[in-house]
Amino acid sequence: MGKATRESFGETILEVAEKDPRLVVLDADLSKSTMTQAFMKKYPARHLELGIAEQNMIGVAAGLALSGKVPVLTSFACFLIGRLENIRVSAAYNKTNMKLVGTHAGIGIGEDGTSQMGLEDVAAMRALPNMVVLQPADHEETRQAVRWMIEHEGPVYIRLTRQKMADLHGPGYKWAFDKIDVVFEPAKKPAKLTATIIASGGPVPHAVEAAKGLEKKGFAVRVANASTLSPFDGEAIARFAKDSQRLVTVEDHNVNGGLGSAVCEAVCEHGAAVPVVRLGLREFGESAAPEQLYEKYGLTAAAIAEACLKNIG
Amino acid sequence: MPTATTTTTDLKALARDMRVDIIRMIEAAGNGHPGGSLSIIDILAVLYWKFLKHDAQKPDWECRDRLILSKGHACPALYAVMAYRGFFPKEKLLTLRKLGSPLQGHPDRLRLPGIEFSSGSLGQGLSVGLGMAVAAQMDKAAWKTYVVLGDGELQEGQCWEAFMAAPKFKLDNLVAIVDHNNGQIDGPVEQVMGIEPLADKLRAFNWEVQSVDGHDLAAIEKALAKAQKGGGKPHAIIAKTVKGKGVSFMENNIAWHGNAPKKEDADKAVKEILHG
Repeated sequence: MGKATRESFGETILEVAEKDPRLVVLDADLSKSTMTQAFMKKYPARHLELGIAEQNMIGVAAGLALSGKVPVLTSFACFLIGRLENIRVSAAYNKTNMKLVGTHAGIGIGEDGTSQMGLEDVAAMRALPNMVVLQPADHEETRQAVRWMIEHEGPVYIRLTRQKMADLHGPGYKWAFDKIDVVFEPAKKPAKLTATIIASGGPVPHAVEAAKGLEKKGFAVRVANASTLSPFDGEAIARFAKDSQRLVTVEDHNVNGGLGSAVCEAVCEHGAAVPVVRLGLREFGESAAPEQLYEKYGLTAAAIAEACLKNIG
Repeated sequence: MPTATTTTTDLKALARDMRVDIIRMIEAAGNGHPGGSLSIIDILAVLYWKFLKHDAQKPDWECRDRLILSKGHACPALYAVMAYRGFFPKEKLLTLRKLGSPLQGHPDRLRLPGIEFSSGSLGQGLSVGLGMAVAAQMDKAAWKTYVVLGDGELQEGQCWEAFMAAPKFKLDNLVAIVDHNNGQIDGPVEQVMGIEPLADKLRAFNWEVQSVDGHDLAAIEKALAKAQKGGGKPHAIIAKTVKGKGVSFMENNIAWHGNAPKKEDADKAVKEILHG
């Protein structure tokens, strides 16, 4: 098993900080969980601990950004969107060059339960003009996305996992902003694939496992990884819609407003005629081991495979 | 750049003229917030003529002092000051709130150069000013950050998060000015949700606190001069003001918080401002 994307983030900002003196990290008493402790120790003068006061942290980051710094603020995804209006004004409307890092995405956090789970953050952030929304799925992708995020001029929200993620991409991988990348293509391609699965974040490896299992049973299924959720690569969705009997979206997030919605919007806007099966949360989560929750809320390889084949009424 | 030679008498005349512009631009817009604009104009006049290092020809000059109008609805006062200081022609004031105008209903930094932060959502400005002050401190830069807040605005919890945080970083380059006019939409501040004893509260939060008559130009100047001194603590100036100051029928009348005068009232207001 690879690293949690929050760990990959923590390592990457350390590397970036060495060459980029503009980088400043802000925390609200969760640095141990958001993986900024190493940064704090190495660069104490460029680290601000602001206590359990997220809205102030958001404003302080905006002020730093407006003065030439590149502030990276971290908290749990759910606590950041709890301050959505502050993000709306101080980050998005002011178009400040600040980076918001929301860790502990989705039910993948497990036992801590619903109040700690980011389950609506993508929906909220996607609705904000100027805001880029990223969700990398493995170590290499996170490293490149974080580096891009620091270089990019403007507000960025990046959503990271608590749980460890299998390595999807090799070291030769080149992450591209605003592009959905295909992480599994079936060896034999009929005129129409049984399905294209579009996944993001935590469940991406499960989607690959599902597609591999289906291939053994004679079904051709592609897996695409949507690591940029806003702006959204609708062109890729339109292409998948043409050669697939259905699209299946998989996200550890509410299906409303998240990836599932983004795919449906793209399908409609491109006039494509293809059914979309949306897997993800439709309610709040609960406490249990992450695997148990993925099982209960239908994000396992088995559940994804079933969604690729089940009759659509 | 501030003109050190501007006398208090000159400034008084300027503030008087800018009050007229506030009335005229809100009249032309058909809506806007005269009450709070008239209460802060004297404070902004002293800041922009006596303290704020700035260059209207180069609004993003990096050594400039920063001013955030956290109570963004009072922007007609800020626009008047900016026009008089040469950021844009005075004629533009009459485009306030009109389609395509850089003079938005609340300040918009991307549309109007010289605006440091797009405000209007109360409670956010002090945190942003704090971030700016931290940046100056990190860079060992001499510029200062001034944040003008409303008193009703202090009901926002975020203000207190920022009041709590600024002393931790010893930001003596940060000055918060509270426009204490004791009026907000639903009634007197102390009735809606009291903030007193404000000076004691801020002192307890480890701020250097001064209270001043927010319409006495010399007193404002003295307080701001004192706030230039270091000492390791952030500075708060509680400016006791009168909402609608200068226009008898607007003074302390909450009906004029967010209400534009029609021509007849505007003429009456202007006459009063100019001739007492």
